[in-house]
Amino acid sequence: MIPPAAFLVLAAVLFVMGIIAFFVKRDLLTQFMAVEVMLNAGNLAFLALTKALGKAEGQTVVLFVITVAAAEAVIGLAIIVLVFRQRKSIRTDELKDLKG
Amino acid sequence: MALIIFIILSALCAGAVAAMIVSHNQAHSALFLVLAFSSLGGIFGLLDAPFAAVAQVLVYAGAIMVLFLFAIMMFNLRLPQAPEKKRLRIVLTAALGVILLAELVLAGSRALRGAGPRALSAAGDIAHLGRLLFSDYLYALEITSLLILAALVGALALAGKKEGE
Repeated sequence: MIPPAAFLVLAAVLFVMGIIAFFVKRDLLTQFMAVEVMLNAGNLAFLALTKALGKAEGQTVVLFVITVAAAEAVIGLAIIVLVFRQRKSIRTDELKDLKG
Repeated sequence: MALIIFIILSALCAGAVAAMIVSHNQAHSALFLVLAFSSLGGIFGLLDAPFAAVAQVLVYAGAIMVLFLFAIMMFNLRLPQAPEKKRLRIVLTAALGVILLAELVLAGSRALRGAGPRALSAAGDIAHLGRLLFSDYLYALEITSLLILAALVGALALAGKKEGE
């Protein structure tokens, strides 16, 4: 029997790694992947608590999160493609003139 | 037995994400994430959530990461990104990560207080999940389908126009 705390610790570790990747990486695509890692950590925490509390509602939330993440990936990648077409670069330290 | 599987899968998952952080090649990062999300699907299976596990492998490791790979191939970034000397940023990020990890572990231990591993009351099987989705969460489900339609149209409107204007 695996304690639910182990799953929660793994979710916390994954979330923190996503944050670190988001701040260390310098291009939009990899930062976007870091956001996906954080979403997955959230899903894992939902499922761990679902099992610990014996309810099924958490699984429905996980399904909604997965579909919303798919929609978000589509729109985000379209925006990144647009940025790349205009600027010929997706490195965030070259996209400094984004104001207001 | 389940504990061994959990340890292997979680080490695989965390190691793949760490490799994604370290690697300088975007395509390698995406492939490491495919590995991480697949092993996370296995962990979902360990948590008695078979449908979430299947959706994780199909949608995340399959669809979303393949979309990322297509985007990476479209960009065709051949310059291998000079390793930047930003020590300060990395130190600050590590400090932020440690603080956030401590905070999350504290919050998680508080959330789990008095909630031992309990036998699922018919929560694990898919029939119950489907009934829940189409009764209590019906509006959310329908709105999700609208959201996906909006994302489809939005992606076409954003990236589809090439010689239009």
